[in-house]
Amino acid sequence: MAKILKMKNITKEFPGVKALDNVNFEVEEGEIHCLVGENGAGKSTLMKVLSGVYPYGNYSGDIIFNDKVQKFRNIKDSEKIKIAIIYQEFALFPQLSIYENIFIGHEFHKNNFIDWNKTIHKTEEFLKMVHLDVHPQTKVVDIGVGKQQLVEIAKALSKDVKLLILDEPTAALNENESENLMDLLRELKKRGVTSILISHKLKEVIDVADKVTILRDGQTITTLNKEDNTIKYNAMVKHMVGREITDVFPKREKITRGDIALEVKDLNAFSPRLDRFLVKDANFKVHQGEVVGIAGLMGAGRTELALSVFGNPLNYDVKGKVLKDNQPLRFDRPKKLIDAGVAYVSEDRKGKGLILKQNVKNNITLANLRSISRNYFINRNKEILGAEAYRKNLNIRTPSIEQKVLNLSGGNQQKVSLSKWLFVNPNVLILDEPTRGIDVGAKYEIYTIINDLVAKGLAIVLISSELPEILGMADRIYVMNKGTIQGELSAKEANQEKIMELATA
Amino acid sequence: MTYIKNYFKELRVLLKENIRDYGMFIALGIIMIIFAITSGGLFLGSRNISNLLNQTGYIGVLSVGMTLVIIIRHIDLSVGYVSGFIGALSAILIVQYNLPALIAIFLVTIVGIFIGLWHGFLVAYMKLPAFVATLAGMFIFRGAIQQTLRGTGTIIIDNDLYRAISNGYIPDIASYPNLHVLTLILGIVGVLIYIIFEIRNHRIKKSYDFEVLTKPMLISKIAFIGGLVMLLSVSMATHRGMPWTMVIVFTVVLIYHIMMNNTILGRNIYAVGGNPEAAELSGISVKKITLFVFASMGFLSALSGIMFASRLQSATVTAGRLFELEAIAGAFVGGVSATGGIGKVTGSLIGAFVMASLTSGMNLMGVGSAVQFIVKGAVLVIAVIFDVRTRKEGK
Repeated sequence: MAKILKMKNITKEFPGVKALDNVNFEVEEGEIHCLVGENGAGKSTLMKVLSGVYPYGNYSGDIIFNDKVQKFRNIKDSEKIKIAIIYQEFALFPQLSIYENIFIGHEFHKNNFIDWNKTIHKTEEFLKMVHLDVHPQTKVVDIGVGKQQLVEIAKALSKDVKLLILDEPTAALNENESENLMDLLRELKKRGVTSILISHKLKEVIDVADKVTILRDGQTITTLNKEDNTIKYNAMVKHMVGREITDVFPKREKITRGDIALEVKDLNAFSPRLDRFLVKDANFKVHQGEVVGIAGLMGAGRTELALSVFGNPLNYDVKGKVLKDNQPLRFDRPKKLIDAGVAYVSEDRKGKGLILKQNVKNNITLANLRSISRNYFINRNKEILGAEAYRKNLNIRTPSIEQKVLNLSGGNQQKVSLSKWLFVNPNVLILDEPTRGIDVGAKYEIYTIINDLVAKGLAIVLISSELPEILGMADRIYVMNKGTIQGELSAKEANQEKIMELATA
Repeated sequence: MTYIKNYFKELRVLLKENIRDYGMFIALGIIMIIFAITSGGLFLGSRNISNLLNQTGYIGVLSVGMTLVIIIRHIDLSVGYVSGFIGALSAILIVQYNLPALIAIFLVTIVGIFIGLWHGFLVAYMKLPAFVATLAGMFIFRGAIQQTLRGTGTIIIDNDLYRAISNGYIPDIASYPNLHVLTLILGIVGVLIYIIFEIRNHRIKKSYDFEVLTKPMLISKIAFIGGLVMLLSVSMATHRGMPWTMVIVFTVVLIYHIMMNNTILGRNIYAVGGNPEAAELSGISVKKITLFVFASMGFLSALSGIMFASRLQSATVTAGRLFELEAIAGAFVGGVSATGGIGKVTGSLIGAFVMASLTSGMNLMGVGSAVQFIVKGAVLVIAVIFDVRTRKEGK
């Protein structure tokens, strides 16, 4: 069979990081080719290069499609030669009908006016093709996520797609919908459509893939082939995590853990907007003087779990119990948790953690102004002293505490975020991806701080996508997948393969 | 020579680095000088200054309230007609129900707060966009004014206390011909307090090893601002003294300034404006803050309505028209960020003063109202362009 796509020596750099390092990737016409790898392995970046999101010149290497070197300037260029990409976040207009969505930008015309009748008629054909039994005039907002996905695929088919790229299409689907989608991919294959499928769910990969290419740390590791019977679960996991652990973790004094500080029982979080459970029957606990890791891949429900516990600011329907020091706790507002001595350092430090427009000092003191106030009046001198202490202790590199947080580097912003939550004197600290996007030196500093805090008896919940980090720091590890806690591992028994098995089960 | 050279070098750096803070004062200075020249000195005459202060008053308090509303990323379009409605209500209470002026003022202020709470409720709890909620308020209270005055038309408020609010002057403690002694004393005391405050602040900052102004620069700053305050108080003292309006506006600005800078509440308001999600996660109730800010706006709308009715000594159907736009313009000219989270009540007051100066100065020059609107529009655009551009530099 002919190679429909060759990506040769693709290298793409972001400031400070090599996201893709000399990647080679080949796809044959009419196959279903899966692309797997850990978070941050470079899968999505590679697909963005392929679809023209990163234009030619922005990366080095060649894209050869249909035996011709392609130089895309934007997504339109890739669409022109019948490549379509479907992201996790759909590019649909929720308030428009299905037919408007499918034919937006390429409507049928008659005498310079849009021929809506023909458009609707054609839409019915494409909906039949993807087995979607919904009226074309239905608004997209009124159908579920699974059906929206089918609309996206119908849209791609309406443009006579040759190469269909799906970025984690089943992440938001239930099992039934996922199976239907896989069936559809097989059907499309018979029609001659080639698919590239990015997925974390290795079972469905085994089920559907003709070939599997594994990426790790921006490099192609290997390509497995159905014909040689090499697409095996263990092999994939081994290749995904097979790196040597090179990060260094500071040594922690051996301390005996204390009583249970925080316990979560039978927690369920349902999102009415997404119409599915983000967290299901979660149970976990953390002792004083213990670091508990929560591992899992993107979308496993870890942040949702933390937010549901921490006062549920996104207004999910939450059921379950939270116990602080064995006492039941109301957890319907963040304030209740803060007052009880629980702090949550958000994974999204710019969006949910910090006020970028304000200075370091105001950010640090925000969640506990009462401690530096009398009768609601802030004692500014106390405030300065308090903020200065954290600047020194956590080594926040800033010209002064009057500096706007906006002007700080990622690592220093993270330290401000951490300071802010240490300023509330918590005894339970939930850290959500505390080292995301910061450099190695700052990472090491954060790890040292974590160790100091545990030594003081704090209970720490460490949510992280980086397996070495979880393995290097946690005393006990919970692994999440599809909103449920799939298993618990002690530091001794845990290794990358075991975690990945639970995370992709 | 090098001494003088260094001095000017520091001055230049200082102005450049703090152009956002000083920019408006510079603009105000330029505007005043231009009008002083074009009006042959009339503009800076004590009579005109006094008049100008009274004119700024009722818009100034609205601008102060609007600052908070814009900081938390909302807008209040209803304030003009709410203030007109409150003026009419107070007139009815005094003239038709013969209530003492103070009691009437107290009652209508409560009404103003409830109107603000209503708008806050719609925005925070019913999730209406503030633009829509207060646009509805604009219609409703325009109707309410007409309804209130339907039998009487314009009501003349013949009440000395009420009239004094925007037309009277503080009493004097001694009688000298052509000199208001208390005003002069207040001016001197004010300057002294300012000097003590600056020096204390300087010492504290120095003790924390913060960057401070050099001595000559500090003295220059004190001399400049102190001088301006002295000039203003002499100007008022040689006319009829300090107007009550100024006392009211000064009190409002002082309270709001302290609230925004020195209290937990103020910090929470800035936090909600800067990043509502982060604020909520920090234990701040965004809903309650929103409710408070709109209630405060309602309170200040009532105050503005009383001041305006007092100034006209009557309640009319057209009272309050376009006040909301003047107040919003004052806030934006005063450096409040349209994207929220940034702004000072003192800045907004100066902004309102700039806009009132433009009106007053152009009136003196005999410029028609058509041109006046165009000039004010242009000033608003220039002020915000300046704001956006200086903000980009990350300072």
